Amino acid sequence: MTESYGISRRELLGRSGTVAAVAATVPLAVADTAPARATTGEVGVRMTVNGSVTPLTVDPRETLLDVLRERLHLTGTKKGCDRGQCGACTVHVDGERVVSCLTLAATLGGSRVTTIEGLARGDRLHPLQQAFIDHDGFQCGFCTSGQIMSAAAVLADGRARTDDEVREQMSGNLCRCGAYPGIVAAIQQARKEAS
Amino acid sequence: MREFRFERPGTVADAVRRPAPGTAFLAGGTTLVDLMKLEVMTPARVLDINRLPLRGIDQTRDGLRIGALERMRDVAAHDLVRRRYPMLAQALEASASGQLRNMASIGGNLLQRTRCGYFRDVSVPCNKRAPGSGCPAIEGENRMHAVLGASDACVATHPSDLAVALVALDATVRLRSRAGTRDVALRDFHLLPGTTPEREHDLRPGELVTDVIVPDLGWASRSVYVKIRDRQSYEFALASAAVAVRRDGDTIAEARVAVGGMGTRPWRLPAVEAALAGRPAAEASYTAAAEHATDGVRPLRHNAFKPALMRRTLVRALLELERIR
Repeated sequence: MTESYGISRRELLGRSGTVAAVAATVPLAVADTAPARATTGEVGVRMTVNGSVTPLTVDPRETLLDVLRERLHLTGTKKGCDRGQCGACTVHVDGERVVSCLTLAATLGGSRVTTIEGLARGDRLHPLQQAFIDHDGFQCGFCTSGQIMSAAAVLADGRARTDDEVREQMSGNLCRCGAYPGIVAAIQQARKEAS
Repeated sequence: MREFRFERPGTVADAVRRPAPGTAFLAGGTTLVDLMKLEVMTPARVLDINRLPLRGIDQTRDGLRIGALERMRDVAAHDLVRRRYPMLAQALEASASGQLRNMASIGGNLLQRTRCGYFRDVSVPCNKRAPGSGCPAIEGENRMHAVLGASDACVATHPSDLAVALVALDATVRLRSRAGTRDVALRDFHLLPGTTPEREHDLRPGELVTDVIVPDLGWASRSVYVKIRDRQSYEFALASAAVAVRRDGDTIAEARVAVGGMGTRPWRLPAVEAALAGRPAAEASYTAAAEHATDGVRPLRHNAFKPALMRRTLVRALLELERIR
């Protein structure tokens, strides 16, 4: 949608407002394997984000969520509650779904992170993305990237088959619009396509 | 979040070498990072222990050993856990959400802090967070609070499901400090609030949980964990019961019973176990034994429903056990 304007909503907000902190990623590689490293300041981490090796220095207080959004400008991952309760910030770390708001970036040296931006293959949507469109698995869309990342892990796990099992496995992702019937239908479609 | 010194010790010995006050161990972070954001916990030094070799689930001479850094999801999925201690797997799977179970460690689960809203809100008094400041829960919103083991200083419920199942199984925690290694029965590990609710467990400064040991108990393969909550998933217990029974024909030979959502710590019920032993395995026995579950309860204004709910939860768990095999 935003591509047709040649500028993303976030860029527009950034340009028109005072958010000039472009803070380009600092390419300062520090070995993650250094034993017993102590610091009150910055910590070097080298993670792989959506397939790209991404060396960063982070404040130990920075969460993965804030690093993704504010430093790497991967704003598909959403900040809902910022307390680990809503699931909007769900991403994969080393293939497993986690809430990025409770994950300190400093702990992720050597980890592989996948966000919603890393799910499609080029212009080809991931089957879950297509299924969410097909079944109206969202209304406002704020929880959707977390729902889809969570659902991708549930499908990879392979244990949820019935609607009730899908609901149980997806209970960590809240949708305040109440799009749950569409979400379950979308996950079931993607599950059946994959099997 | 307040500033802290971030360290990544390379060995367990390094992690426990300098037991400075204000040090916190960081594992899954699902409690610690949350509470640091709220400034309920403000450690000056955070040790990231995630790469320490405190992993593995294996049979040892003392029983099943679970490394403290094993994640909830991996323990729940482990074949030995599922076959020998189904109540453990069920308690884990009834906890938190899929995301949080991937993150949270077993050691951290046992050390998680109460979800009492007053504890989590730094703008109000709380004896656990700020000793001596008072307890607004006693007269305030206390529907989720404890009816067993509370004191005039604190009525906060212990939130762990896993700990309830482990305490029923006589599990121990293995602790490592500069001084060496010691084992503590989980039953004694969590402390009653008394006049010092800020002291939640028998951990010495700088001491680290390295393993959880579950003793062999063949008949625990016949066990269940039943959890009753306001919504069906992703919620803390109003009442829960971990139950294992050894039967001799139609008679109960031995039982293990512990309950959650009720106490200020995971609550073993020896009086119920004694009342079950030697009785016929039938609903009338369960109902009679469950009466002993509420000995000494002290309900608060909003949770007077809990004693009856606990008795019914226990009976339901015992009835569910009958359906196994």
